[in-house]
Order: sequence, then structure tokens, then C-alpha cells
Amino acid sequence: MNQIDLATASTRDLNIRLHQLDGNGDRHWRVLHPNGKHALAVGLDAPVEVTIEGHVGYYCAGMNKQAHITVRGSAGPGLAENIMSGTVRVMGNTSQYAAASGHGGLVVIDGDASARCGISMKGVDIVVGGSVGHMSAFMAQAGRLVVCGDAGQHLGDSIYEAILYVRGCVASLGSDCVEKPMTDEHLATLGALLAQANIAADPRAFRRYGSARQLYHYKIDNADAY
Amino acid sequence: MSGNDQLGQTLRGSATFTPAVLDAIYRAADTGIYEIRGFGAKRQLPSFDDLIFLGASMSRYPLEGYRETCETGVTIGARFAKTPIELKVPVTFAGMSFGALGTHAKEALGHAATALGTTTTTGDGGMTDEERNASKTLVYQVLPSRYGLNPDDLRRADAIEIVVGQGAKPGGGGMLLGQKITARVAEMRTLPEGIDQRSACRHPDWTGPDDLEIKIQELREITDWEKPIYVKIGATRTAYDVALCVKSGADAIVLDGMQGGTAATQEVFIEHVGIPTLPAVRLAVEALQELDMHRKVQLIVSGGIRSGADVAKALALGADAVSLGSAALVALGCNKPVFVDDYEQLGTAPGYCHHCHTGRCPVGITTQDPVLEARLHPEQGARWLQNYVTVMVMELQTIARACGKSHVLNLEPEDMVALTIEAAAMAGVPLAGTNWIPGRSGA
Amino acid sequence: MCGIIGLFIKNPELECQLGAWVAPMLVEMSERGPDSAGIAVYRDPVGEGAAKLTVVSDDPGYDWTGVTAGLQQAFGHHAACRPWVNHAVLTATATADELQRWLGVQYPMLRLTSAGTTIEIYKEKGAPREFINRFQLESLSGSHAVCHTRMATESAVTTEHSHPFSTGLDLCLVHNGSLSNHNRLRAMLQRQGVAFQTDNDSEVAAGYLMWRLRKGATLEEALAAALRDLDGFYTFAIGTRDGFAVLRDPFGCKPAVLAETDDWAAMSSEFRAIATLPGVEHAQIWEPVPEQIYSWSRPR
Repeated sequence: MNQIDLATASTRDLNIRLHQLDGNGDRHWRVLHPNGKHALAVGLDAPVEVTIEGHVGYYCAGMNKQAHITVRGSAGPGLAENIMSGTVRVMGNTSQYAAASGHGGLVVIDGDASARCGISMKGVDIVVGGSVGHMSAFMAQAGRLVVCGDAGQHLGDSIYEAILYVRGCVASLGSDCVEKPMTDEHLATLGALLAQANIAADPRAFRRYGSARQLYHYKIDNADAY
Repeated sequence: MSGNDQLGQTLRGSATFTPAVLDAIYRAADTGIYEIRGFGAKRQLPSFDDLIFLGASMSRYPLEGYRETCETGVTIGARFAKTPIELKVPVTFAGMSFGALGTHAKEALGHAATALGTTTTTGDGGMTDEERNASKTLVYQVLPSRYGLNPDDLRRADAIEIVVGQGAKPGGGGMLLGQKITARVAEMRTLPEGIDQRSACRHPDWTGPDDLEIKIQELREITDWEKPIYVKIGATRTAYDVALCVKSGADAIVLDGMQGGTAATQEVFIEHVGIPTLPAVRLAVEALQELDMHRKVQLIVSGGIRSGADVAKALALGADAVSLGSAALVALGCNKPVFVDDYEQLGTAPGYCHHCHTGRCPVGITTQDPVLEARLHPEQGARWLQNYVTVMVMELQTIARACGKSHVLNLEPEDMVALTIEAAAMAGVPLAGTNWIPGRSGA
Repeated sequence: MCGIIGLFIKNPELECQLGAWVAPMLVEMSERGPDSAGIAVYRDPVGEGAAKLTVVSDDPGYDWTGVTAGLQQAFGHHAACRPWVNHAVLTATATADELQRWLGVQYPMLRLTSAGTTIEIYKEKGAPREFINRFQLESLSGSHAVCHTRMATESAVTTEHSHPFSTGLDLCLVHNGSLSNHNRLRAMLQRQGVAFQTDNDSEVAAGYLMWRLRKGATLEEALAAALRDLDGFYTFAIGTRDGFAVLRDPFGCKPAVLAETDDWAAMSSEFRAIATLPGVEHAQIWEPVPEQIYSWSRPR
């Protein structure tokens, strides 16, 4: 097990080291004393496992490819922003914009996810054990967001083709986001996502939300939504 | 407007309800949706045309053309980056998306930039292989939409440009109408084919210069601090904005004035939001000077740059380089009197066309239709662009030599005077024949 | 744009640690606020019938001995003037109003930064690290502090433009964000008799709260009214005589983190400032929800 202690090493040192990895040889890394630092383990592109022991600041695991990153603490804004592939797991809570504009991979948040979770998502899968804040899945284009707790105001505002599954209460739905029926296929998909995230929950307790597709073309009757 | 009725008496038009205004109201009443169009601000604005140069005479001496060199090279982004951008000429090509433009236009821009020793910039759809292969030095935009953004393209770019806004629509986001969202464009942007693309106007994961600072650090960490990071702003509260770009850690600032073009946005945005390039440049340079960052954080100016004279004026006011958008497309044939029937079918005519948003560009530039695109041959387009910018640079050098400069960046505000009071106030140079700079001195 | 900090010591025996704990937090907020720094510290409450003002002089070599003499002549020999760098704390047996009026007549060149019974506000241009050293912040003690590091957005970098802004007796405000309707609000408040020293949007927010409180609102009512009347993006930390409060606007874009242990309650724009506090590994850490008022205070 390799280890980098941020009490003595810098963020630059950490990222340089992690960028050198190719997945052969040293596959497991621990990062100590993150103390809320920003941009930790960003831009990784190798099938390695990185465990960060503590709380992280903004943009942890930003633009991740292939790597499996675990934060044993909570995370600041922009966790795993623009993730391409791989997995990122936060055992605590995250701040806003979790998985913003993510293209692929899986982001799991055991606790709560705050506002704008999954904003602009483009294919990432996000599973939240707790609740998400307002404007979550704003302009969500593709991918799946699973929320075991509640969702705040304006869920899925201006949503495109992303699919949302929520178990708890939805405070309100955003423009063009509507509830949709759960089919067996959806139950199976949701079950698989929960299993992948290692979160125990019954898919039948969830409801599905998605785009009404009324905003796909500019027309006068949608004026309120602009 | 005036005319004669049957009695030969003059008809009186209204300056408030002009024909254009009447049309716009009828249009709004008919369709119930705002007018969306391409191109930049069309109305008369104070501009570089209102400034002139004081060439050499008895008190100043000119340089000989051709024999005495007038250098044009500029370095962008040495503040933090390991590999700054070296421009052979202080003229670059502005960010324009694949999606707004077709592939032929992007290829032409790329080949021309390579031949000229300058850069092109990606736009709101992401990076295409064609552009990366055609353009030797490529600037990669990070926009609020984040369409197609990925770390591989970030790393194969030569510089990164974080877009906060553009001159045509400061405070607004990108727009592309359904007719231009083809399969390829849709795939790059992760959108359903044929829909009207809605835009985000704020970045999804940061708000404010204090958070932008952290975002810039993240992008540097991902790219191992190699590449310069530009921040692009539309001209509004320019003095504050430039100071904040510097404080957020930008290596260079791209400032786009009101005349800046777009392939599609609301007409009211284009004509009524943002300040002209002329006052914006002065505000930006003063903000940089106040922070002792002039020439340390470079300023690239765009928005209605058309000739070597415009370039010279922008540099004289303190810019390090300029960027061409609309003018580059004109060099590629925009508004040329060819395929005139097609202009008519769009309801316009050569010289008046701003119909980029329709995707039916008669000259094959702002279209995804392969039949129309075929009208623009990339090699021919590249040759046109290369010729045009070469002429621009020669014009710039001609003016610079006449003012006694051996490097174009040595042009100064004191080399110019203004022809109008507005231009004098906006540019901070005296009204010709006087010492008067309104609001400052010599009254 | 800025960094803001609030620190409230729950255990009176730990008040001597206030400065030592708050200084590293300010350092962590330097990058998002490099232009100036300020602190409102609550300590050394004056007795019944007395008041305390903090003032600042633009002259770094100002001679305060005259002020002491003048104060004692006007208000009795218990009155005191305690200089601290280029600021001074004036105390006397009088109301804050009386003291302010006297100051305005006798020493119009001195600027008031705070008034009340326990608050002291120090603020200065320059990097937070310099501010901490000049004012020997690490040695301060007190019950609570509200601090600010500033990246000037739309107004000048001067001391007057620095936060915290005093909103009334023992009240202060720090702000991270950018208001969008403060100009018209300022004009309205000026017509209501509120005086402003700057064109700063945060000062308008402070003035607005003071105006509401003056009209009889409680702090909670004033903050609820602010949610309605102020437009733009903001995280506010408000210092009161007995504690502090935090409020985020409905958009909730500007960051905020709260943390609490048995010994302290803290707020900051970024977690890394809170990470410097002792016992943070056992702290409850959470993000304030928009439009909800969070507050801590000592029982009187």
C-alpha cells in the first residue's frame, strides 16, 4: 500500500504522482490529512484505487477516468465534476454540484448531496444514500440519478434525457420534469444501480421522473418556462 | 422615411416606429417568440473608425517599410504556464463552435492559423479531430454548457479558455437551433437530434471569482500546469471584471465587445446588452495597469475587428492581440454575392444576411448540410483566410512604422486622436485639434 | 468576492483561545480574499451604563493621548482610550449615542468602525497574514468573532470598504457574494436616515438590517425581510452581542460550511478553514440550507 501524506506533501506532489500511474504495479494508494484541500486526485487516468482519509475540498476526483476513488469523509463542491469513467465514493456528505456535467462512471454518496447534484449530467450514474438539495439534475442530459432520501425544490428543471429515481419526498418538480411510470425494466435497472453502489434499498419504493419533452422546441406556450 | 402620396404630398415616417421596429412588432405578434438571429450588433456604434493615427512628421520619425523591421510576435500566457503560446502575428481566430460552423469552415480556420503561426479556438460543441489536426496551436474552451468537455481534449489542447461570456450576449449562454443539431452535433453535445438547444448561462460548478480561482487551480492540476488559462468575458463592467480575472489567476483575458458576433441568439441581447469594444479596451488596460499586470496578463480583444487599422488601434490602446470572429467568416465568403437565389429564399440578400441560425448558409460556412457545405472548399477557405490576415498584418505594420515603432506592441494611446467627442471620452484620447479628453483633462 | 468566518466559543474557559483559533482560519481564506481583512471580536463587556466604540485613524502615527484626556474630561476618570495599531477602543460611562456625538464633534477625523458594549471591529487593507501579524490577532481572547477576507468586486480596496460592517449596537455583518439591487435600496435607506460611507453592496445589506432593527424587528424578522428585499447572491454571517447567525440566499450558490463541537461552533466559506480547529475530527459538519437562519448565542 502506497501512501502520500498531505501534511508534508503538496497537492501538486499528489497529482503529479497519481498522473504517473498506469495501473501496473502500484494499484492501491492512501492519501492522508486532506484537511479540506482542493483538487485532490484530479484528472486521473488509470485503473488504480485511491482512498482519501478525511474531508476534501472542492473538485475532488475532477475529470476522473478509470480510477476508483473513495473519500472517507465529506466532500466540498464539484465532487467528481465531469467524471468520464471509474467510480468515486464519498462516505459522508457532499456540497453542491456533485458530479456536475459527468459523462460516465459511477458516483456514490452515502450521505446527503446538497444543491444542484447532477447538474448538467451527460451520462454519469449517481446514487445518493441520503437526500439531494434544490435544483438537482438541472439541465440533466443523460445518465441516471438515484436518490434514496428526499429531493429539494425544482428537481430536474429543464431536464433532457436523464432518468431520475427518488424514494423519498420531492419538494417540487422543475420545468418540464414529470413523474413517469416504473416498468419492470426500470425496476431491474434501478436494482442493478443500487447493487453496484452497494446500497440496500427496494426498487419498488422508488418513483421515476424524466422529461416531458415540451421544451425541446421554442414555442409561445412554453413562455413561462423560459 | 418619407414618400409621396397620390397628391404628391410627403408621407411622414416615425423615428420611433421605424419600418424595422414595425416589422419586429408584427413578427412578435405573429409568432409569440423572440427573434433569434446570427451575426453581431448591426446598429451604428462608436468604434475604432472614430480614432485616427498621428503619423510621423518633424517631431517623430517613421521606419522604412520592408527594410527596417517591425516585429509582430507576441507571447500569451507566461504568467503561470510551462508552455506559453507564441504567436507570430497578434491576430487569432475566436471561439466558434463546430455546430454553429460546419467542418469545412473549422478546417479552413485551422489550416490558415497553422500557416500564419497563430491559434484557433474551439467553441460550444467541443473539439473535433479535424480542428485538432488542422490547427497547430489550438485553444480549448470550457463553457457553461460543458458540451463534449473531457480531460483528453483538455490535455491535447495548447491553451484553455474559460468562457464567462461573449460580447454578443454577456450574461447569456450558447444557443443552437434544431435544424443544426445533426446526428454528429447531437452526439458531441449529448443532446437528442433536432431539438432546440437550451443554454446554461452560468457554469455548473462555480459561481464568482473566488470560486473561479479554485476552478482554475483544478484545471491546472489536471493538465500539470503546462497550459495557459485564458478567461473570456463579454464587455460590461469591464474594469471590475478584468481585475477579478487577474485575481482569479488568469494568464490572459479575452475581451469581446458589443460588436462581437454569434451564430444564434436573441436580437435584443445582441443590440441592447454589452458595451462597444472601443471603451472596453481602455477600461481593461487601465484595470491591468492599476494592478501592475499590463503585459504580464495578456489582453486579447475581439468584437468588430475588421482591418489592420482596427488591430493597430486595439494594440495602441494597450491590447496584446486581437481575435477575429465575424471578419474571418467574411473572408470565407459570408455575405458574398454568390448563390444569390439562396439568400432570397432565406428572405435576405448578400450584404444583409444574418441567418446563421437557420443552418442554410448560402456559402457553406454556418451549416451542417453537406450540400451547402460543399460550396466552401477547406483549402480555398484556408487560402482566403491566410491572405486576409497577412494583409491585416501588413496594414498594421504600415501604420506602426509610420508611427516610428519597431514592434507593433509599442503603439500607444498617444499615437492617436479622436474624431468625435464620444470616441475621445471612450478611448481616453484627445479630440483631434484639442487637448480635450472629456471627463479627464484639457477642457 | 470573499471568505467569511464565524467562531463562537461555547465554553467560557476557552475564551483565551479565540484569537489563536481564528488566525489560522483567516490564513486559509487568503486566496479567496487577498485584498483586505477584518475582524469583529466580542470581548471585555463594559459595565452597566457604559459604552464602547472602536475607531480608526488614517494617520498611522496618530497621537491618542489627547483623546484619552478629552474623554476623561467629558465623561469622568473611568473613561479610557486603548490604542491598537491604527485603531483605538474608547470606553466611558455614557450611552453609545452620547459617545458618538462627542466623537463626531471633537474628533471628526477619526472613523467609527463599531459601537456597543462588547464588540470591537478592526479592519485593514492588505493580505490576511499581514493583518494577523500587525494586530497580533493570535493573542486575542473573547467569546466570539466574525471575520472577513476580501476580494474586491465592484468597489475600491480601502479600509472603509472592508468588512465587517457595523449594523447597529454590537451588531455586524460580513458578506460573501454580490447583490444586484443595492443601489436603489441605498437611496431608499438614505432617505430613511441611514448613513453610508461607501458604495459597497455589503454596506447596504448592513444598513438594511439596522434599519429593520431600528423599526422594532427582531434579528430573525429582519433577516426574513432581507430574504425578500435583497436581490442577488449572498452568504451572510451576522455578529450579535451574544453570538452569531448565518443566512444563505435562495439560490445558495455562494459556499458555506457549518461545524460544531461541545467547545465551539464555527462557520466558513470553505471547509479547510474549519479543518484547522482543534477537535474538528469529532465535529458535526453540515452545510446550511438556503433561506434558513442558523444562530448560536450565550444565555444572558
